[in-house]
Amino acid sequence: MSTDPNDLESLVNRRYEHGFVTDIESETLPPGLNEDVIRAISARKKEPEFMLDWRLKAYRHWLTLQEPEWAHVHYPQIDYQDISYFSAPKSDDDRPKSLDEVDPKLLETYEKLGIPLHERARLAGVAVDAVFDSVSVATTFKDKLHDAGVIFCPFSEAVIKHPDLVKKYLGSVVPHRDNFFAALNSAVFTDGSFVYIPKGVRCPMELSTYFRINAANTGQFERTLIVAEEGSHVSYLEGCTAPMRDENQLHAAVVELVAMKDAEIKYSTVQNWYPGDENGKGGIYNFVTKRGDCRGDNSRISWTQVETGSAITWKYPSCILRGENSVGEFYSVAVTNNMQQADTGTKMIHIGKNSSSTIVSKGISAGRAQQSYRGLVKVMPQADGARNHTQCDSLLIGKNCGAHTFPYMEVKNPSAKVEHEATTSRISENQLFYCRQRGISEEDAVNMIVNGFCKEVFKELPMEFAVEAQALLNVSLEGAVG
Amino acid sequence: MLEVKNLKASIVGKEILSGLNLSVAAGEVHAIMGPNGSGKSTLAQVIAGQTDYEVTDGSVEFLGKDLLELETEERAREGIFLGFQYPVEIPGVNNAYLLKAAVNAKRKHHGLSEIDAFEFLKLAREKMAMLGMDQSFLNRGVNEGFSGGEKKRNEILQMAMLEPLLAILDETDSGLDIDALKAVANGVNSLRDPERAIVLVTHYQRLLDYIEPDYVHVLSGGRIVRSGDKSLALELEERGYEWVREAANA
Repeated sequence: MSTDPNDLESLVNRRYEHGFVTDIESETLPPGLNEDVIRAISARKKEPEFMLDWRLKAYRHWLTLQEPEWAHVHYPQIDYQDISYFSAPKSDDDRPKSLDEVDPKLLETYEKLGIPLHERARLAGVAVDAVFDSVSVATTFKDKLHDAGVIFCPFSEAVIKHPDLVKKYLGSVVPHRDNFFAALNSAVFTDGSFVYIPKGVRCPMELSTYFRINAANTGQFERTLIVAEEGSHVSYLEGCTAPMRDENQLHAAVVELVAMKDAEIKYSTVQNWYPGDENGKGGIYNFVTKRGDCRGDNSRISWTQVETGSAITWKYPSCILRGENSVGEFYSVAVTNNMQQADTGTKMIHIGKNSSSTIVSKGISAGRAQQSYRGLVKVMPQADGARNHTQCDSLLIGKNCGAHTFPYMEVKNPSAKVEHEATTSRISENQLFYCRQRGISEEDAVNMIVNGFCKEVFKELPMEFAVEAQALLNVSLEGAVG
Repeated sequence: MLEVKNLKASIVGKEILSGLNLSVAAGEVHAIMGPNGSGKSTLAQVIAGQTDYEVTDGSVEFLGKDLLELETEERAREGIFLGFQYPVEIPGVNNAYLLKAAVNAKRKHHGLSEIDAFEFLKLAREKMAMLGMDQSFLNRGVNEGFSGGEKKRNEILQMAMLEPLLAILDETDSGLDIDALKAVANGVNSLRDPERAIVLVTHYQRLLDYIEPDYVHVLSGGRIVRSGDKSLALELEERGYEWVREAANA
């Protein structure tokens, strides 16, 4: 291995060896999108009338919209008539029967990531019947949540069992008219999660734990809605560090969070979708709309994300700080390597008096990747005493990658305090030589420096995930320096 | 322990070392002196494995092994330590973390089990007390915001923790006030050992008042032009580097 600066990029050739593809053999609707397709989706899911009406309204609005072009990402034109919008879940017959039938390389990655043994089978898509452990653990969790009065179920189940709640809150944070991808999602979403925490209840467990054991493949148009009633508290984690491959290239999810008075929602994401080969071919396009509404006074919504996958990421988890003294937080680590492109950041909209927000964004670029932070801090005229602190740091590995920062601030109240700090640094040859002279291998040195850079964000993750996330970064940047 | 024979090295095509010979045995302290640009630091960097330099001729043996065949980190694990002239800052990486990773990388290389956090802390505290360093050092970022004196002390702490067989200290005295110089010299002296060789690279005689060398070499034009005992350093101080330059050209 050489540390000649001219060679620095030559080893940015990590391949995503750990993904896996299973043939889809399911009831799949033919490609194309029209009102009949939407009716068919709704019918298959046995949805009540209001749901179909909402989907159609979204679809008709979507037809009037143009795909946005302002993001700092480039990709070929997407043909929306070439996508199939519904496929039933895989049958168990198509799945591996046990871990022995799973690609050993995938298992090796699980090992590297430190994923608990009992979760590996499910992550690898082993037929559920074979995963005895997980099933019993999940049942225990289900009972515990039920006793606390927490509703946690697939979105499609909520539509049928809790139509009033869905009707009341769906689209109340991200309306179907919000943006191109959100409108598309509203029309064709297939499933997702629904969480309802009643007044005064502290959810008895991290929903991550349950989610990791029970969640099925989420599909390309995912819809999540979390409602935390007055004084309640919930921590939710989506995604996982294990590499995820999907036949569907386009992903457009919507997540809506509602926090009432004194309620708190902590939403953590670990995203490791297939990023494509070194030329970016075949990777997932991830266009996500995530927004939280701090509707009540003293409410708090916190987004923490670790993003390492996808060919293209377009994502701005945001908070509308409506309540007085409400708090919005955004902690993000985004890693882009090879040809990955990410345009990500957050929006903090201050409406309530003395609302405050914190933004900590850590971007790491390697290879020929391009990464942009795009953030908006908006203080409305009525938001007396609003405060924001933004810290936006970029770390570059090698010479052919890029980091860009687009901070927008709109402050309409003179008593507001808004601060923005930004830094850009590069892992230097001198740092690597110093570490190697102390006996530490180059790869370990890079990991050490990267993890030091991300420390502030990792400490916001649920503990068991912080460790995995750290390992994930190391795997994602394998061979980024040579 | 260290045998350097006819070593020639260059950087971006410019030759810096032009046939250097040096032999260092265990237990010895060597001082390498010379004017700016004579190749002192280059020698230290080449032995440590800085790949910006290209070795064009000659050989370097360490304990009978061909050092030039080894990666930088392997050389370190075999027992070579370089005290840097300008220790680099690594923001966000905890000093203790780096130190522990380094100690364990070496232990692993020698087939030993990893040191646990408790043992490590005990050892680190011991060495820090010896060097008169504050405990808070461990929790700061590596060299982050350190003063010149703190950085040099930190190098000596790393050396004390890693217990190298061959320690090369590059201009360890530069930028130190007299108290810091004494502290660093005390640290180095306490690490003198019949099993260990120390090579001091220095521009001035001053350091040698505190660390007494067994041999002094004068470097000029990329070669050792004169070797002697510590009296050579004093003579050099008196007559200046012009004297050796003339001698080299003669």
